[in-house]
Amino acid sequence: MATIPLRIDSVVKRFGELTAVAGISLDVQERTCLGLLGPNGAGKSTLIRGIAGRVRLDSGSIEVFGQPADSAAARAELGWAPQELALYPLLTCRENLEAFGQYQGLRGQALRGAIEWCLEWAALADRAGTTVKSLSGGMQRRLNMAAGLIHRPRLVLLDEPTAGVDPQARNRIFEMVEELRTEGTTVIYTTHYMEEAERLCDRIAIVDHGRMIALGTKEELVAQSFGGRSDVLMRFAGTVQNGAEWAALRGGTVEDGVGHFSVEQPTEIASLLDAAARDGLEAIDVTLRRPNLESVFLQLTGRGLRQ
Amino acid sequence: MIAVIVRTGFKALRRDRGAFLLSFILPIAFFSIFATIMGGMGSGSATARVSVLVVDEDRTVVSERLVRGLRREPSLAASTRPATKKGQPIAPEYTAATAEAAVKQGVAPAALIIPKGFGANPVAFGPGTGRQPIRILHDSSDPVAAQMLAGLLQKVVMTSLPDSMASVGMKYFESASGGLTPQQRKDIESNLSKFSDQMRQRDQSANAPPANNGNQAGGMVAIDMRDVVGENKRSPMVAFSAAGIGVMFLLFTASASAGSLLNEAECGTLDRILSARVSMTTLLAGKMTFCALLAFLQLALMFLWGAAVFHLELFTHLPGFLVMTAATSFAVASFGILLATISRSRGQQAALSTLLILTMSAIGGSMFPRFLMPEAMKTAGLFTFNAWAIDGYTKVFWRDEPVSHLAPQVAVLIGSGMLLFLIARRFARKWEYQ
Repeated sequence: MATIPLRIDSVVKRFGELTAVAGISLDVQERTCLGLLGPNGAGKSTLIRGIAGRVRLDSGSIEVFGQPADSAAARAELGWAPQELALYPLLTCRENLEAFGQYQGLRGQALRGAIEWCLEWAALADRAGTTVKSLSGGMQRRLNMAAGLIHRPRLVLLDEPTAGVDPQARNRIFEMVEELRTEGTTVIYTTHYMEEAERLCDRIAIVDHGRMIALGTKEELVAQSFGGRSDVLMRFAGTVQNGAEWAALRGGTVEDGVGHFSVEQPTEIASLLDAAARDGLEAIDVTLRRPNLESVFLQLTGRGLRQ
Repeated sequence: MIAVIVRTGFKALRRDRGAFLLSFILPIAFFSIFATIMGGMGSGSATARVSVLVVDEDRTVVSERLVRGLRREPSLAASTRPATKKGQPIAPEYTAATAEAAVKQGVAPAALIIPKGFGANPVAFGPGTGRQPIRILHDSSDPVAAQMLAGLLQKVVMTSLPDSMASVGMKYFESASGGLTPQQRKDIESNLSKFSDQMRQRDQSANAPPANNGNQAGGMVAIDMRDVVGENKRSPMVAFSAAGIGVMFLLFTASASAGSLLNEAECGTLDRILSARVSMTTLLAGKMTFCALLAFLQLALMFLWGAAVFHLELFTHLPGFLVMTAATSFAVASFGILLATISRSRGQQAALSTLLILTMSAIGGSMFPRFLMPEAMKTAGLFTFNAWAIDGYTKVFWRDEPVSHLAPQVAVLIGSGMLLFLIARRFARKWEYQ
């Protein structure tokens, strides 16, 4: 039986009183891209570090292509681009790649070939001799990814690879990930940008309070959370008196002067508008919005401010 | 507004343990160390005594009394034979040759030879009267010892040979006054004889009190001083300076370069390396090798500079230099790695290393020669790399000793370096897994 790229089985990790991961199980199939989403402090980073073999688990197991995550065999199959810029700032792009390639056991022609591939893939061939500290933020991010993939692993962990970069650089990073997927690499992608997960990932796992609270395709998650319903956003003119009570009577809420309602059919909008007019509320803008991943995320994790 | 700035400054200082340590603990630590060295602490017995090897070639009553006087002098640690080891027969007394060899080996900073014929004419109140001069063979790496010994010798002569001084004084008186009557001469000789008897009785007393501090006016005993270690050296103290200063800066360099471990932990490259095919032991060994090589190059450069500018005899002592530099570099590198692994942040490491290195350098002789320190401080110095490294370099460059004589220094430096590395490996487990 072929081994799957990643198998996470009932993983628990505690830091003192805090349970960072509370029994997560997950399989990731070959040639897929899994989006790992969750608010700050949800346990994502601990899980990612566990997959990279950098966390000693309290219970459960993580296997990479059938090997324990902290084994040498697993490390050879796994590439990791951490959230921090884990690079030597005073070394050039080429020197960084050379160092990390050698740490992965590459030598001679294999190393030189890997460095050239990385520079091309990250669109940094013309900056090979530039020190990292002289690169733009986007270039540093791309080099950070390339350094983690220099040994051409079959499973790749990308931890918020677009944090703090401009739209152009982000677009280039999307292309890099898509290129990896085309080559058949299995990718685990963490991000706080829902549109990135929608664009790049086949399946989404949402983690909160150390537990996995949802897993599926975007469509499956939307259907699980909202069924066939859609969001209606209604903006009112002037200050709405007793707006919250009025919205609550119709199953909605009001935030910042905007009413949020959920409808099964678009025709229900007319009923909402009639009721508003009858009660003296002037609706100046009405939007019908099909729920997306962000809606699911907020629905499942709440709107309260996290860490 | 100024008050706000001051208050903010104190709040920040209170929370920055490193800065707090450097601001308050370091000055107190240094004050204490130097106060101890300068004799500001402890009793008089803690003050350094000058070691001197005494050889009596004269073997007369006078010379034996002088030897006893030297042994009673509280500021001297006089010995006439090497210390006897347990289970070994008593070692023979020093001769002029063995005492000179012992001074060259650093057993004592000076040897005092009482020559044949000294007792016949020991003292004089003026220059040249056919006296046999006492020879002081000294090691000029301790410039204080020989001068102190010469001064103390005059004092000891005054307190242990007063009858000889009186006898000489009478001769001067007789020649200046035109001669004594037979009765006067008889009375004086009788009194001098009684005086000599009293001195003998005092010397034979087991509980003879130590000599009092007296006038150290010189010139009564003729002295011939010779630097037996540095007499052929072109630039005597350069090797000592290079070793002392070099080791102190080596410790700083090793500490700073090993601190890159903390940088790597903070910026994430450590995680990346450890998630590759590199074990923590390999990583630490690599870092330590880098630090040791850097330290080796730094010392080599310093000694080359010493050779080029200050006439340090580097190339004639190359094997010893290489052995000592390799051992010292290994030890300081492991020290740097240990500091990095026990610290939680770069700031903490910087503060801790400054405190420890300056303290070690003060106690270990990088700032202040150890031979001038009280005994307790000398012993404390043995717990520092500085002392062992300086001793080793002194053997190489000052005493021209062969490489095999460096075994104790090399063993201590390599052994303690290995021990520190093992401790560092233990502390580094914090980075292996969360």
